[in-house]
Amino acid sequence: MRNTIAVAGIVIKELYRRKDFYVLFIVTILICLVMASINIYNDANVVRYIKEVCLDLIWVCTLVVAVTTTARQIPAERENRTLLPLLAKPLTRVELILGKFLGCWLACGLALLCFYLFFGALAASREHHWFLTNYLQAGVMQWFMLGMVVALSLLGSLVFAAPSSNATICFVIIGGILFVGRHLDQEALQLAEPLRGLVLCLYFVLPHLEFYDLRDLVVQNWPPVAWEYIGLALLYAVFYQFIFLIGACLVFRRKAVN
Amino acid sequence: MSIILKTEKLRVEYRSREIRQGTKVALHGLDLEVGTGEVFGFLGPNGAGKTTTMNVLLGFVPPTSGSAYLFGIDVRQPIARQRIGYLPELTYYYKFLNAEELLRFYAKIFGLPRAVADRRIAELLKLVELESAARRPIKSYSKGMQQRVGLAQALINDPDLLVLDEPTSGLDPLGRMKVREIIQRLKNEGKTVFFSSHELGEVESVCDRVAIIHQGQLKAIGRVAEITGTHANLEKAFLEIVGYQKEPAS
Repeated sequence: MRNTIAVAGIVIKELYRRKDFYVLFIVTILICLVMASINIYNDANVVRYIKEVCLDLIWVCTLVVAVTTTARQIPAERENRTLLPLLAKPLTRVELILGKFLGCWLACGLALLCFYLFFGALAASREHHWFLTNYLQAGVMQWFMLGMVVALSLLGSLVFAAPSSNATICFVIIGGILFVGRHLDQEALQLAEPLRGLVLCLYFVLPHLEFYDLRDLVVQNWPPVAWEYIGLALLYAVFYQFIFLIGACLVFRRKAVN
Repeated sequence: MSIILKTEKLRVEYRSREIRQGTKVALHGLDLEVGTGEVFGFLGPNGAGKTTTMNVLLGFVPPTSGSAYLFGIDVRQPIARQRIGYLPELTYYYKFLNAEELLRFYAKIFGLPRAVADRRIAELLKLVELESAARRPIKSYSKGMQQRVGLAQALINDPDLLVLDEPTSGLDPLGRMKVREIIQRLKNEGKTVFFSSHELGEVESVCDRVAIIHQGQLKAIGRVAEITGTHANLEKAFLEIVGYQKEPAS
């Protein structure tokens, strides 16, 4: 555990010393502040549009941070040869993978916290009320979804050597799951066997990232979701993180690092 | 003198990515033994298998057959690396860290308590003369400074065995002398140093024993004087052992 935490600490340090996150954060702030400064058609509910755009930006930015940060971890270590002195220490490859995962996930959590603090301030400035439970549920669900994305990208970084190819493939898979994944069961019903069975299998095997999208809850200020459903969704996320991490450890175990 | 590093019939094959080329044998049944307190030079021309041997010893590459042990423990077990320090040939470290942070990170991996790590980091930064640059990002370091950080990280756990892969490669004469001094100092402290180098004069001056490897096979092993034999120096003996023949003048 000590080694895992040490590796995770380095990943977090890297995130806050690079410019990527700051650029995305500042761009989000600028777009939202410009939008918040105008009131189109004097609509009293315009705050909901602002909240929606802000949450959309938070989703895109945190996905970009998660995928790009994770995708470069192992390939960059190999390319820069920093992996050699690291693995020459009493550090197992499993500890390295877990450390990278933990670091990237925590880094995403910190980024998410910054975004949600800004979002909370922006929403409160217009609504004069904080729907804290809604924000908490949306934030936690999104963080666990990012955990699945990080684990998937880490597995991808061991299969695809170049960070750019891994990041592109991860974005395509994540986009596919978010936009198409939820409709696969409906599509399967219109297909003939054996394609129907295959598409249904895919529907049940793929991690359903859309479960973690609570943007409407926050935008419309609906009552919070029952915590037992949130708990089940978090368990589902942990299960997929575990599966992807086992895959990553198995791939990395026998890989020559020279 | 107990054996600290041992390989038995070590064989490493690399499968080529080109289908027609098949496999390349990097090591053919290498047998090596290095005892406590020795400074052992591991010599050979480029592509002889020196780095591959080190990669196996450090667990980077699994052997195709045979075995390797550090302190009597199979090198595939991470605990075998608890008492070693390693300096790779090309030193690259996390560019967003400074020397002090880098050393602290490695100290954490070795599980050094905070007070011990603080003392050790201060000692090492002084030893490699990087005290004034300790808080500067590594990306701003010169090649010689990076090599010195590399040496410091290799010594962070006060290792009993130091594995150095061409430690003086690319260094200026002053840097080389500094590395030689450090190796000599470690020898005086009773540490074991296993290093590869192309600088045969340097090897002659600091090593107790040397091994010469060529095309993955051990060609000679023994004390420097034994290897040199009737030749004028180690370089001449080395050239003869690896089968170098001077082209006749036309």
